[in-house]
Order: sequence, then structure tokens, then C-alpha cells
Amino acid sequence: MPISFEPTENTRLAREHFRKIAQEQMRPVSRKYDEQEHDLPREWVDWYWKNGRGAAPRVDGPADGMVQVCVQAEELCWGDAGLYLRTPSAALGGAAVAAAGTPEQKERFLASFRSDGHPVWGAMAITEPSAGSDAAAIQTTATADGDEYVLNGTKIFCTAGEGASQVEGGFVVVWATLDKSAGRAGIKSFVVPAGTPGMKLVGCEKKLGIRASDTATLVFEDCRVPKENLLGSAEVKKRDAGAKGGKSSTKGFKGAMATFDATRPIVAAMAVGVGQAALDYVVEALAAEGVTVRYDAPPEQLTAVERDLMRMEAELQAARLLTWRAAAMMNRGQANNLEASMAKAKAGLAVTEITQKAVELLGPPGYSCRHLVEKWMRDAKINDIYEGTQQINQLIVARRILDYPSSMLR
Amino acid sequence: MIDFEPSEEQQLIVETVRQFAANEIRPVARDCEESGKLPDGVLAHAHELGLVSNALPEAQGGGGERSAVTAALVAEELAWGDLAIALAVLSPGLVALPLADFGSDAQRAEHLPRYLGESYVPGSLALVEPRFGSDPFRPAATARRDGDGFVLDGRKCLVPWQDGDDVVLVVAAEEDGGAAGFLVPRGQEGLGATPERNMGIRALPTVELGLDGVRVPASARVALDVAALVTRGRVALAAMGVGVARAAFETARDYAKEREAFGAPIATKQAIAFKLADMAIEIDAARLLAWEAAWRLDRGEDALREATLAYDQVRRVALQAADGAVQVLGGHGYIRDYLPEMHLRNARGFAAFEALALT
Ligand SMILES: Cc1cc2nc3c(=O)[nH]c(=O)nc-3n(C[C@H](O)[C@H](O)[C@H](O)COP(=O)(O)OP(=O)(O)OC[C@H]3O[C@@H](n4cnc5c(N)ncnc54)[C@H](O)[C@@H]3O)c2cc1C
Repeated sequence: MPISFEPTENTRLAREHFRKIAQEQMRPVSRKYDEQEHDLPREWVDWYWKNGRGAAPRVDGPADGMVQVCVQAEELCWGDAGLYLRTPSAALGGAAVAAAGTPEQKERFLASFRSDGHPVWGAMAITEPSAGSDAAAIQTTATADGDEYVLNGTKIFCTAGEGASQVEGGFVVVWATLDKSAGRAGIKSFVVPAGTPGMKLVGCEKKLGIRASDTATLVFEDCRVPKENLLGSAEVKKRDAGAKGGKSSTKGFKGAMATFDATRPIVAAMAVGVGQAALDYVVEALAAEGVTVRYDAPPEQLTAVERDLMRMEAELQAARLLTWRAAAMMNRGQANNLEASMAKAKAGLAVTEITQKAVELLGPPGYSCRHLVEKWMRDAKINDIYEGTQQINQLIVARRILDYPSSMLR
Repeated sequence: MIDFEPSEEQQLIVETVRQFAANEIRPVARDCEESGKLPDGVLAHAHELGLVSNALPEAQGGGGERSAVTAALVAEELAWGDLAIALAVLSPGLVALPLADFGSDAQRAEHLPRYLGESYVPGSLALVEPRFGSDPFRPAATARRDGDGFVLDGRKCLVPWQDGDDVVLVVAAEEDGGAAGFLVPRGQEGLGATPERNMGIRALPTVELGLDGVRVPASARVALDVAALVTRGRVALAAMGVGVARAAFETARDYAKEREAFGAPIATKQAIAFKLADMAIEIDAARLLAWEAAWRLDRGEDALREATLAYDQVRRVALQAADGAVQVLGGHGYIRDYLPEMHLRNARGFAAFEALALT
């Protein structure tokens, strides 16, 4: 296959399909659930559960695989990133089960997401009050007791955590340590089904943006799950715990971290969607005032606004292409740890800047809540923070290009 | 299908050019820069590799394998070796490619074989003008009809001017407001060439060209599409900017792993490591933008927008990478024993270049 920037017919169809959904189902309630922060966005959730889960129309022929998945995320976040995160789906929790689960676990935990019953959610809970970027420092414990593990600790900032913990059929994948003295090697992930006694929803955060998304605090008090709910191996290899990242002793933790290689391109694509929404809006609004970019004018003659627009277009496309590259590598079965972090770092920052610039270029209408641009600026910023902050992704890129283990660059 | 992997054939070409750049261009780059002289042997060898002739039409003896994507891959590798030498290697294309695209049969038959012979023949294109706001689309140089020929007036700069060829392709505005190309013998009356000295690319001889009532016959006129020419130029230069940026980045990365301060390699400090990470991210992103524009050209689409965005981005990225490299090397970065100061001077050149190479 040669270098090609042409999506397959199937990706084109998918883009059209999800753009229509974004336009018709998300945009009309976008502002409403930005304002009604902790309300369930019924319109979207019900519509999606009933009509949205089906695949996009497709034709016989090649597919773009992960690239198409990115295109879907981009289009839906062009619609509304907050609602996208509130979509009833297994989401990050599902990604963890899919990556590390046995066939039996996949069936047990994911079947409800395909059922005709009520909407369900999945979530992933890593972050704690005292451990964010440094995921290996989590304090939540898992203790074996007979046929069960007993979980104790507090998780914060859990996306979709309200739905996943409260609505039957959903689940939260919880990171906890089986043995604190083993460092990273002791950290495992456990599937906690919604409604499990001992898992308590404390509440949801009030946020700068993506307000339609339920960002939950969950407390685990003697929360018991069957041993079959552990994802991956239960074995804790203590040998050189915490001394050197990179040996087999840390495989479990590393394996869990490796799911980020698959999810970071999607988060990058989500970012690109928000950026595209803002850019489309600005380009259209300025064109209505007679302001368009002259690509054939010498740079010295371009206005400041034209220069800004050119920069925004280039930066957004740069982010999108890095994203697609990381995704295309997955299609080829190539390791993409470096490229996934490059895409996430670039997209998070580029889109933060693009949306902030969009508000600036539009002036008072940009700042006004009568239009969605100010919301997109608030929504965009999260992409620079979750799924590894800008700095954490820079760190990963740096380690890769320098060929340094984490012990040499922290 | 979306894919970012060069074909096997392209990978082979890239590997060959990469070796050539590392083994033949790099070792002489600094000396050439200091002496202001191109390495004849290296240019002759590059000619044998057929990097330009492969893209020229088969009818005149070329390879007939025109691809802007392949050209972008090649341009990056050459520029990674050295920008001035890379521009010289590709210079035959400055006349040959526009003639292949826009020349008459007679012009192709007369001129193309020269660039396809046994030995290297450099090319010379006069587009940029020595003024604030130089505009390739609307040149200030003019071509006035006079009898059955044209009279050219105006000034050009950054015109590659190596020994070994006797024409220059001059872009000038016509009376109807459009622009066209004119093949002018270098010895023509009224044509004055003054050698230039620029901040960078010093190994490449360039001139400021004065056109003072230069007469050419009607047969000298080339019906150029300036937008297409500029688009192809921007794609080539974007790829070369990526090459310069990558060279600067690699120099900085390797240095940072060696150099110790406060008891550890400086690369273990985040201030250095993150700068390197940002360079790597921006370089990869810029390369993809350049490829996308090139890919559009290969599909026969208009790619002015994509080429312009890519070139604009690369101007920033290359400058930042080069400046960052100087900074990573500290005081040593400022010294001419190391490459980054040269990368910095060369990278800034993309602010002035236009169609100094073509795809
Ligand atoms: C809306 C929202 C949704 C979220 N969803 C989820 C979720 O679903 N599941 C989940 O588990 N978590 C989730 N998170 C948590 C998110 O992943 C963390 O907030 C993030 O990883 C950063 O952790 P922190 O907030 O503790 O910041 P810290 O780790 O305290 O970082 C603070 C600052 O220090 C920087 N920093 C930290 N370490 C380094 C270092 N080594 N080098 C340089 N700089 C460094 C960071 O980049 C940041 O700028 C969510 C957060 C938010 C806000």
C-alpha cells in the first residue's frame, strides 16, 4: 500500500453518517446540557440507544480500520464532546476488557451493551485524590478473601462514573494494588459491576467544559467482587519491583498502560472534532463578512486574521494526520506507543489553542453564550489534560526518541 | 485507504538517498559552506543516481516516473544532508520540470536532452524579486511584446547560477496581467548577473539578476502556470525544510545524550527532553502535511492551499527546530564547528525562498 490520504468509501460513508447524527441529534441539545450540568441528557441517550448503536452504512470493499474509528469519534465530537462522553457505551472500560479480558469476561461484561434492554455505561477508574499522572502511586487496595477480592479506596474524575456505577448492566474497571510493596507489579484492574455493594457514588464534579459528561467520585468500602473479575494475571512478580521499569515483573502494569496506545489516537481524534467545529464556525462567520484566506498572496501582504486562520488550518490538519498515522499503524499491527503519544500531545495542545483563537477572532460573539464557540473552547481544554496530560505525553515521546527507560527521565 | 507507509520502491529510493546524504553530502557540507563552493564530484554522483532525470519525460530520455510524493521523500533526505548541496542536486529540475509541464514540443526537444546527458547540468530559475513583498504570482518584472519577440525588464534575486548551463528561465508579467516564463541565454545583452551573499546556503552560487531591455524571440516564451509552479515549489521546499529540521533535531538529540551537566546527561532534564519531544512531534506533523500536498499533486488536483499551509508550517517548524538545536548545544551551538548554527541560518532562508526547488 502506498502513501495515501484518501479515505475508503466506507470511511467516507461513516463520516457522513456520524456528521448527520452530530448535526441532528447532538447540536440541538448541546447548549441545554452544558447548562443543565448534572442532568442526564435524555434526548441523546435514548436516541442513541435506540437508533445510534448500529454500524454506519457500508459497501463491500476495504475499510480504514482504526482510522475509521477515529473519524467516528471526530465527527461525534464535532457535534458535542460532552454528549459523546455521555454516550451509553462501554467506552474506556470496554477498551480495558477488550484488551485484557478472557473471552468469557468479554461475554459476561460486554453483552449488556449489545442488548435491547435499557442504556448502560462502562468506565475506567485509575485516578485518585493523590495519584493522577503518577498512576503507579495509586493507594486503592485489593485483598484476596476466599473467592473474592475486597476493594478499598477512593477514585476521582471517573468519566461516565455515575452511569457505570449506578445503572444495572454497566461496570467500572478499577485499578487497585494487590501488594503495595510490589510497586507497579502489584497493580491490577478489577471489573466492578454497577450496583456492587460497597461501591458508592459520592457525586459528580462541576467543570469548565464537557459538562454533559458525568465525572464521578467513587468510594470503595469493602467492595467485594468475584475473583473472575480480575483482568489479566493475578500473579505479582516482586523480583525487582519499582527498581527498573521494563522488566517482565511490570508486565501487568505495562499491559494496562498499553491500552493507552489504542485509546490515545481516539482521544486525539475527539480533540480534532472540537477544533474542527470551532474552525468551521469561524471560517463561515468571517466569510460572511468578506474575510477569506488568500493562499496566493505573499506572506507580507496577509492580514493578521488570514495568518491566524492559516495557522489554525495547518495545526488542525497536522493533528489529524498524526492521529491517523497512529491509527493506521495499529491497522498494520505495528507498535505505536511513540506515535500515539505524539498525536495526543499535538492534538490536545493544537485544539486548545485553535479554540481559544476562535473566540478571540470572533470578538464579542465569540465570547457570548448565544453561540457555541465559547463552549467549544471550554470543552477543548480537557484534551490537554486527560488520557495523559500534555507533559506526560511529552515525557513518553522524549523517552522514546532518547531511548531512555522511565528511570532516567521522570 | 489512508496509509502513511511509502511503497517498497520508494523505501528503496529513500534508503539510497539517505546513504548518499550521510556518506557523501554530510562529510563535505561544512567545508562547502565555508568555501562557498559546491562539491563537483558529489553533484556528478547525484546525477548518476537519476534523482531528477527519473521524473523527466521518456520521450526525451527521462525515466517518466514523475511523482511529487517520491520527490518530497528525496528532497527531505538530500536537505538532511545539506540544504545548499540539495538545492544544487535538484537544480536541473528548475528548468527541466517547467518545460516538461508547460513547454512546447520544440522547447522540450531543444532543452531537455541537455539535462539528461552523461554529465550533470545545473538549472537556473528566476522567480523571486529583491523587494519587500516579493510576489511570485504577480511579478514586478515585465515582458513587453515587441515585434515578434519580447522585451524583458526588472530585477530578480536568489537565482541559482552555477557554471555549466547557458540559459535561465525568467518569470515575468505580461501586458494582460498574467505571468509567463522566458528562456533567456545567460550571455544575452541587457542581462546582468551580480553574485549574491546570503545568510545561509552559501555553497550554492546565486545571483541578483538585472533585466534591462533584454530581447528574446517569441519562441523563448514558456506558457507557465505560475500557480502550479509555485505549488510544486512549496511542496519541494516544505519537504526540504523538514529535512533541515530533522538534521537539527538529530544533532541536538545526540548531543543531549552525550553532554553532561550537574552530574547527568542534559537529556535527562525535562527542559531539554521536552524541547526535543516537541521538535520530533512538529517535524513528523509537518512531514505529513507536505506529503498530503504532494499526494494531491500526484492525483492531478489543485494543491495550492495544502502546499501553502504545509510550507507556512514548515517555515516555523524548521526555524524552531534549528533554533532549539542551537539552544540545546548551548555555547557550542553558536560555534561553527557544530552544525546547528548553519541549520539556523539555512532554516530562516525558507522565509525568502520560493520555487528554489520543484517536485
Ligand atoms: C473531566 C475529566 C475526566 C477524567 N476522566 C478520567 C477517567 O475516566 N478515568 C481516570 O482514571 N481518570 C480520569 N481523569 C483524570 C485525568 O486523567 C488526570 O486528571 C490526569 O491524568 C492528571 O492527573 P492529576 O489531575 O492528578 O494531575 P497531576 O498528576 O497532579 O499533574 C499536575 C501537573 O503536573 C504535571 N506533571 C505531573 N507529572 C509530571 C512529570 N513527571 N513531568 C512533568 N510534569 C508533570 C502534569 O502534566 C500537570 O500539568 C479525568 C480528569 C478530568 C478532569
